This record gives sequence, structure tokens and C-alpha cells, in this order.
Amino acid sequence: MRRGLGLGRLGVSFVIALCGAVIVSGCGGGGESGPPSLNWFVAIQPGGSIEEVAKRCNEQAQGRYEIELELLPTDADPQREQLVRRLGAEDSSVDLIGMDIPWTAEFANAGWLRPYEGALAEQVTKDAFDSAVEAASFEGKVYGAPFNSNTQLLFYRKDVAPTPPTTWDQMIDQAEQLGTTIQVQALRYEGYVVLFNTLLQSAGGEILSGPEEVALPQGPTEEALRILGKLANSGAAAPDISTSDEDSARLGYEGGASAFMVNYTFAFGSAEENAPDVHAQTGVARYPEVVPGMPSRPPLGGFNIGVSAFSEHPEEAFQAATCITSPMGQLLATELDGLPPSNETLYTDPVVTEAYPGFSELVKQSLDDAATRALTPAYTDLSLSIQRTLHPPDKINPDDVGPTYDELKSNAEDAVKREGLQ
Amino acid sequence: MEATTAPAPRAGKASSRTRSERKLGWMLCAPAVIAMLLVTAYPIIYAVVLSFQDLDLRFPEEGGFVGLDNYSTVLTSDLWWTDLFNTLFITVIAVAIELVLGMAIALVMYRAIFGRGAIRASVLIPYGIITVVAAFSWQFAFDPATGFVNNLPLIADDKAWFGERFSAFAVIIMAEIWKTVPFMALLLLAGLTTIDDGLYEAAKVDGASAWQRFWRITLPLMKPAILVALLFRTLDSFRVFDTIFIMTRGAQDTESVSILGFNQLISRLNLGLGSAVSVLIFFCVLIIAFLFIRGLGARTQEGRVG
Repeated sequence: MRRGLGLGRLGVSFVIALCGAVIVSGCGGGGESGPPSLNWFVAIQPGGSIEEVAKRCNEQAQGRYEIELELLPTDADPQREQLVRRLGAEDSSVDLIGMDIPWTAEFANAGWLRPYEGALAEQVTKDAFDSAVEAASFEGKVYGAPFNSNTQLLFYRKDVAPTPPTTWDQMIDQAEQLGTTIQVQALRYEGYVVLFNTLLQSAGGEILSGPEEVALPQGPTEEALRILGKLANSGAAAPDISTSDEDSARLGYEGGASAFMVNYTFAFGSAEENAPDVHAQTGVARYPEVVPGMPSRPPLGGFNIGVSAFSEHPEEAFQAATCITSPMGQLLATELDGLPPSNETLYTDPVVTEAYPGFSELVKQSLDDAATRALTPAYTDLSLSIQRTLHPPDKINPDDVGPTYDELKSNAEDAVKREGLQ
Repeated sequence: MEATTAPAPRAGKASSRTRSERKLGWMLCAPAVIAMLLVTAYPIIYAVVLSFQDLDLRFPEEGGFVGLDNYSTVLTSDLWWTDLFNTLFITVIAVAIELVLGMAIALVMYRAIFGRGAIRASVLIPYGIITVVAAFSWQFAFDPATGFVNNLPLIADDKAWFGERFSAFAVIIMAEIWKTVPFMALLLLAGLTTIDDGLYEAAKVDGASAWQRFWRITLPLMKPAILVALLFRTLDSFRVFDTIFIMTRGAQDTESVSILGFNQLISRLNLGLGSAVSVLIFFCVLIIAFLFIRGLGARTQEGRVG
């Protein structure tokens, strides 16, 4: 009997300890006294712009709220994995979300976000690029305040190719003649879907015509596949093309092995820092066309600020979101991390013209014409399915893309209906 | 319950004593049993329940009971069978090489005349390194841009190791082996130390060569230890995830069943399909364990007789 009691006591104290731990972590940073703290889950930026923006907004808030940072990894997939686990479990410790643009439809459809309504929606979208607003909206409502918008440009070596190629076919042929290579992103990850989507939209096609409606028109899709297959099977492909991402592309270009690279704007500053010789010879041009004479649709990237549906301080969270995405916040991200602003009106600001010397207008134009990604709540399924079907790129036969096209279309149709394994 | 209170009590006094001891025994192991039920039985049962449902966290209002639909989706998918083959391929190759290398290292550790402690500790270092960190080190080493491997003689400078299926497999398997050979060696060393030295001396007197002593004495007597080591490593290796996740994320057809489960559960948040994959992995592990334990039971008896 005595033993039993002892055991019981032990059990009780264990339970108390456990509850204590839960309560402490549940209230973590909640703070009964002082301003409500807002947890901002956002990808870390190496230049420290996120920390600086949070600091400035906290100063401006004058005690109405206090933003606390929960920094996420640099890669998009792990960022999303960490967020969806919390949001799926209705975690109230998430207040503000730094959303990569393809997540909007998924998060909004799942009921994880509060929409921006009325004047607030007007305020956060009025100066932004149409492409950025489109990517931040789902079923007619705005779910994200555009913070920064990214796009890809063609970086080339002026000493190797004095006049930059304007089409993909030209670029591949030119690289082969010059005995150099082209850096792209074709690892089996989201960035490869971005490459395919950009080629497809530049050829005049689209992946989806509605949330569950696969478009993939035959002509443009086959043209995009032909370019992918031609590049991967030519001497112009970097040896590590099937494992290349933004960073390996940058390294390959900075190392001098490749005279051409399509990449986000960060690559310019990176070359300046890591390879001054290469940087001195670097030219910047618009993303190459797929169909000669038809303007390309460069990729659209970037982050929007969403407000979690499970936040206990939604009003303060919306205030903080408008502060973060204000011109002050956007320009800080440009200044410290080279991220292009989402507001078109900021492109004459000295901060922007200095960050993109001589090509700020090119960045603006690219964002104006940028290709948004498919808007569907099942985006992850679709992305995984496209990655699986088209990877590795050298399995696409440029002389006969028919079989790949058929496979792609049928897999995409299953994916938007969320059928099968991915 | 009554039947299990044996061993047959002879006198009433003894019986009540046995019973109270049994009760005490149950009470003493109750915390462990409860903890096991909470941390293993509950998640397993919950996963089975989820696997019968169409449940996707991104579509909270949809779903419901779908019976065996998820299982038929998984089992009729080429992906599941490709990934199962990949997993078994990695497991068989890695464990076979680990056994040979592990045995060699165990013999060295056992026979080491000086610096025994230092040798045993240094052999253990790879096992102490976190799998993810080890996977990154191997990935960087084989990276065509930044790695040192392509600078070695006889290797093409621009070889993209992760750009092709079998070279990717080779790096993954090498990393797995490097990481877990110490564990294998340690288990085998434990087996080696149980062998009576007198047997070797007797064999030497009878004129047996070193090879004969290894083949006729060491191996037969170590069978139980070898089977335990193989069982642990096979089960462990069948769950291979970290190394592949870091190196290829499953590209070039190197995906394992654990990555497949991860994709359904964590990336797609499709808890129904993902749980079905998990439950199937669980069954595979059960089958492997069952096969080994049948072999193990028989061999242990044999070993004792010898």
C-alpha cells in the first residue's frame, strides 16, 4: 500500500512537471504585462534585413505590439514544412507569416489565414506589381501583403559573349560554340518547376486554367519541354545540371566555368563579393525568350506577409504587417539583402537604383511581365508531380517530346485532384 | 488471468506470497508498460486509424472513412514498389559490407595489444556524428564544384555524383556504411569477448591455422552475436532517410520508403495516404524482425550447445 502511494505521488509530480512545461511553452513570450508579442515566422536573410525591419516596426509601434522573430531556414521547402506543421495543428503562437508566393492558395484554402479586408487590402496592394498582387490573392480576396518580389535575369560574361543572346535556342547554340555552359536550376525541387513554368509561360502556355483545371496546351508545353531537353542533352549544360539550385548556379558562374546564368537578383551582389574579376565582366539582360519576338515571362518569387487565422492578436498583427510591408520595410530589404521591392513606385528610389546599378528598370519590367505560379490549394501535389515527371532534365528527348508531354499532362491531372502517391 | 499466476503454488502460504510478489512485479513495471503504451502503442493505433481515412490537413472540411482505399492506392502505385526496391537494395548492400568491415574492425579491436581504449574510442567517432551532419559532409566531399573527391586521380573532374542513379546510390551507401560500421563492430566485439580463449589454444595445439580457427571456432560461436547485429542494422537501415534526404531528396530514383512517407505526410499533409505508407513500412519491419528472430532463436540454442 505504501509503495502504491509513493508511486502515485511520483506520478502526480511527473504530471505536474509536464503541465508546467506545457504552460510555460504555451505562454512563451505571451507576456501578461507589456505589449502583445507577435511571432513572425520568416525565412532568415543573410544581410539582417528581417531583424532590422522588425526593430524599426517595434519602435514605430510605440508599445502597441512587439514583433518577435522565429527565423526559418533559407530553403523554401523546409520553411513550408515547419509552417504547415504548426498551422495544421492550429498553433496560436504563429501571428505573422513570411509566405513564399506559391503558398497563398494552399494556406488560404485550408483556412489558416485571415484575409486583408476593405481599406487594409487597398493599402497593402495599391502600389504593388499586378503579378505580386495576383500571387497574394485567392478566390478574389487578398491574403498576403506583398513585401518583396523577386525575379530572374540573365547574367552573362561580357568578355565571352559581348552581345547577350535573346532566346534560349540562341543561348544554347552560342554556349556550345564558345565551349562554355549555362547555369540554371534543375535539381528535383520547386526551383525546377519555376524553370519549367517560366519556359511554358514564355511560350504562351499555362499549367492550370483553374484551381483544378489543367491547361498545359500542347504546342507551348512541347516547346518548353524541347528547350529543357535540348539544354540538358547539349554541351551547354553544366555537368551538375540535375542537382543545380540557385546557390550551385551562382558558384558555377563565379568560378568562371559558365558564361551564362539565369538566377535571382542576389547573384549580382554575390559575384561582387566573391568573384570581383567575374563581376567586373558581368552583364545583365532580360530573361531569354522561348519564342523569338515574344517577350519572355520571367519567374516571380518573393515573400508576402500573411496573418495567421489562429493569432490571438489579429488587429495588432495586421498593423505590424502594414508596417513591415511599408516602403520603409521594403527598402530595408533592398538595401541590406538586395531583395527587389514589391511596390513599383519605389524603383526610382536611390536605394533601389544603387542596389541594381544600371538595371533597376530591367528588374521592374521583368516583374511587370513576371509569370505567376499555378494558383491551386493542391500546389504541393502539382509541384511534386511535375518534379517527378520532368526530372532529370536529360531524360526529355528534344527531338520527340510527345511521350514526356503525355505523361506530364496525365500526372498533373491526377495531382490537382490530389490522387495517388507523389 | 488465473491460469497465468502459475508456477503452480504448492501450499496456500506460498501461493499468497507468490501472488503478492507478482503484484509487486506488475506495479514495478507499470510505469514502463504505461510509457510504452503511450509512446508506441498509441501512435501505432492512431496511424492505423488514420490510414483508413481520407484526411488532408489542407482540406479540413473534406474527408471521411474510406476503408482500404489508401492501401490500394499505395500498393498499386509504381512509386511504392520502386521505393521499396531502392530501400531493400541499400539495406542489403550496406549491411553486407558493414558485416565484413565490422568483423575486421572487431578483430583488430579485440587483438589490439596497445592503446585498446584509444582504438575503440576512435573507431566510434563516426557513429557519434549526427547522421544529417555526416550526410552533409559526404555531400560536400562529392560535390563537383566544392568537393575534393573529383580532384583525386582516376576520377573525372566534372563527375556529377548525384546526377546519376548508381553513383548517387554508391555515395549514399558509402555514407551509411561509414556511419554505422562502428556500431556493427561494437556488437561483434561483444560477441568475440564471450569466446573462451582455451578453445583457441586447444585448436592451436591440434595444429589449426589462423583461418581455420576463425572459420571453425570464432564464426560458429559468434552466430548469435552476428544475428543480433544483423537484425539491428537491417531494421535500422530499412528506415534510411536522413542521408537520402540531404543528398538527393529522392531524385535520380534513389527514394526510400521513408522519404515517400515523408512526402505524403509532411509535404502534402495527406495524413491518410501517409499513414498507409507508414503502416506498410511497419509491416515490412515486422516481417524482417520475424524472419531474423526465427533464425536467431534456432541459432542461439545451437550456440549454447557448443
